[in-house]
Amino acid sequence: MSKPHSRARWIAWAPLAFVAMLGLLFVWGLNRGGDRLIASHWIDQPMPTFVLPAASASRPGLSSAALADGRPRIVNVFASWCIPCRVEAPQLAELRARGVIIEGIAIRDRAADLERYLAENGNPYASIGADARGQVQIALGSSGVPESFLVDGRGIIREQIQGIIAAEDVPGVIAKLEAMQR
Amino acid sequence: MIAEIGHACLWIALALALLQIIAGVAELRGRAFVPVRPLAVAQGLLTLIAFGLLIWLFARSDMSVELVARNSHSAKPMLYKISGAWGNHEGSMLLWLSILGVAGAGVALFERRLNARTLAATLVAQASLALGFFAFLLFVSNPFARLGPAAAEGQGLNPLLQDPGLAFHPPTLYFGYVGLSVAFSFAVGALITGDIGPAFARAMRPWVLGSWIFLTLGITAGSYWAYYELGWGGWWFWDPVENASLMPWLAATALLHSVSVTATRDGLRAWTVMLAVVAFSMSMVGTFIVRSGLLTSVHAFAVDPTRGSFILALLSLYIGGALTLFGLRVGSMAEGKRFALLSREGALVVNNLLLSVILVVVLVGTLSPIVAEAFGSQISVGPPYFNPWAGMFALPLVAVMAVGPLLRWRKDDGGRVRRWAPVLLAVMALAIVALALLAPGMRLLPMLGLALSVAVGVLSVAPLFGRNLRRAPLPVYGMVVAHFGIAVALAGMATESSFIKERLIAVAVGEATSVGDWRVTLSDVKPVVGPNWTALEGVLLVQRGGASLWPFPLASERGEPHIMRPQARAFTQPPTETNEAALLTTWDGQLYAVMGQSAGEDANGNARWQLRLWWKPLVWWIWAGGGLIALGGLLALIGRIGPLRLFKRWRGAREQRKYPHGRYAA
Repeated sequence: MSKPHSRARWIAWAPLAFVAMLGLLFVWGLNRGGDRLIASHWIDQPMPTFVLPAASASRPGLSSAALADGRPRIVNVFASWCIPCRVEAPQLAELRARGVIIEGIAIRDRAADLERYLAENGNPYASIGADARGQVQIALGSSGVPESFLVDGRGIIREQIQGIIAAEDVPGVIAKLEAMQR
Repeated sequence: MIAEIGHACLWIALALALLQIIAGVAELRGRAFVPVRPLAVAQGLLTLIAFGLLIWLFARSDMSVELVARNSHSAKPMLYKISGAWGNHEGSMLLWLSILGVAGAGVALFERRLNARTLAATLVAQASLALGFFAFLLFVSNPFARLGPAAAEGQGLNPLLQDPGLAFHPPTLYFGYVGLSVAFSFAVGALITGDIGPAFARAMRPWVLGSWIFLTLGITAGSYWAYYELGWGGWWFWDPVENASLMPWLAATALLHSVSVTATRDGLRAWTVMLAVVAFSMSMVGTFIVRSGLLTSVHAFAVDPTRGSFILALLSLYIGGALTLFGLRVGSMAEGKRFALLSREGALVVNNLLLSVILVVVLVGTLSPIVAEAFGSQISVGPPYFNPWAGMFALPLVAVMAVGPLLRWRKDDGGRVRRWAPVLLAVMALAIVALALLAPGMRLLPMLGLALSVAVGVLSVAPLFGRNLRRAPLPVYGMVVAHFGIAVALAGMATESSFIKERLIAVAVGEATSVGDWRVTLSDVKPVVGPNWTALEGVLLVQRGGASLWPFPLASERGEPHIMRPQARAFTQPPTETNEAALLTTWDGQLYAVMGQSAGEDANGNARWQLRLWWKPLVWWIWAGGGLIALGGLLALIGRIGPLRLFKRWRGAREQRKYPHGRYAA
């Protein structure tokens, strides 16, 4: 009689333990502060080799070889189903308007959804590669969308930006790309 | 003066809540000094008065009140001035509290089935909830705070939110959340006195049912609002705010079914109590996620870390407290009645397990961005995760839903299932074959969903077979209607996601295009002026070509072309642009048109406009299904608390007065 009883007692406290863990996570989440960028081991490494077909009829696909043409640029990992990407779109449009080259990699996307997304949020991309199964995303070690890589003229990643490029980040991004030009 | 009166009402109500706790605890110890019930009623009245006063302030556009100045504008139409009262953080918290107060008063006034001790404990729990939220309101989000010098004019309201949908959508959800708080209080009360049994379950059931109806309506309305107001044409985005309303619904659905087992068969006692705690926890976690800015969402709420911490503190206090109580008491809780696996209870247990799994899937998906962040990366989790995982468990759930009502309580010989299972399988097989032939290349999940919806639609009425229809109890009708509603909604979801047609095009005035079998002509583009916005309105002539599958087309599909008027609106206060989609509804779907930006000129120098068109087959069935589900709940609720029963009792009493010795006494 005592044995099943003790097991039941253990289970009875499991929900409390779960909620306590959730609570700790929330406390951490509230206090994580503003600085959320984490340095990546991809800094100063060349882009992994990939060739992606075109995701959209309006733009060519993307291959890693094309990134080493001497011009620094942004490689933006995004998806039409990603809601933060919609928030990022105006900043990308502004970067594009200020002459920054932006290449896109669409993760696990469908053509129709992507076209709709581009029509709604603008298309700042010079090319869009379709990463239908997220393989390049894995190769890049990028864990989510959106994510941007600042790549110099030789195809070497100089900076990784996890999450959205916020409006206040735009001048910094431009300054960094201009510094690579020299 | 009005603001000060409202403020005072809230402080008095807070004091009453405190007194209610003290009085309730005294009563539990057998030393009652003040009756608890009137305290709860007075507290409910006071919060209601405070909320009424806030609405009055908004209606008068009293710009000396900070909240009004920040969220209203004297040029706004009256409906939106009033709905502005709860379209912001402080006002919505006050609305939350006044519903909580009224619910507490309702429990105090009408609950007669529960024994006195458990009721007192329940009211203590309810007052503790109220106390925490009164403190939250008065200390960190006072809606009646005055503005130093009064503002000359208000700062407006987010134009996306200037919509009848907003006026009714949040209150509906709040009714649902608060109903769950009452269920939570009942569970805590029963845990305190250890009196968990059918009486407790019957007392709790109407509240669960009521809150479930409101949650269903709230989610359905919210989904429709996002559908036509955001102009993205989608009806569910798995956005954190949407998930925050879906999770309590899933828990409430599970609770609704398990509470039936406890009320009817005295089984699943601990599980029902646990679910009542989980359901309310989910609504609090949802509120926390939405209000603390923990996750990025398309629904922007004013974010304030202090408030987030405060809600988190309340959340840990209540949920932690309830779960501690649960851990302490569950050992001494008598096990409920046992039952065979093949029985109504067995099916309901499977239903509960599947619903819980879906709840975990949604919870994990919603929280994984922040969990990932805690381990050093940032992600956004979207439909590619949610759709397959939720679908994988939702389809078996729907199948069990079709079979469960055919089983008997306690132990079933499987006779009715054996009779009906072939029908289910045959209809499904037929539907799959038909779909494979008519729509090759359809994806697996929607195809199974559609086939299952047809079969379940047929089977959901089976519980009425062989019954005297006039004598079947109302809750049985409720169940049939709600289950049928699930089939209708499922058919809508599967069909829309598989057969949607879209067209994105730039057209000049006079040019025509097509989407699905509709022909759409842009006949004019003209400016329109509204009360606080200006807009470009496209005038579209649409006509259905091709043969309809249905042999009797409705009037809306014959002959004359229809006119649709999508608008691109520009608000000045604050400057924002929105799209007013135009919808044309037919029996088999909706045509959805959105007016976009100017798109340059064509070869002949005519101005062209962006136009987005969707043909969404059966899309409105999703919300019609939601409505049916809620209607089913309403039927069951009427059957349970029974205006009919009250009427019968009243008539019985009158009969008694008229004929004291019986009508046929000599």
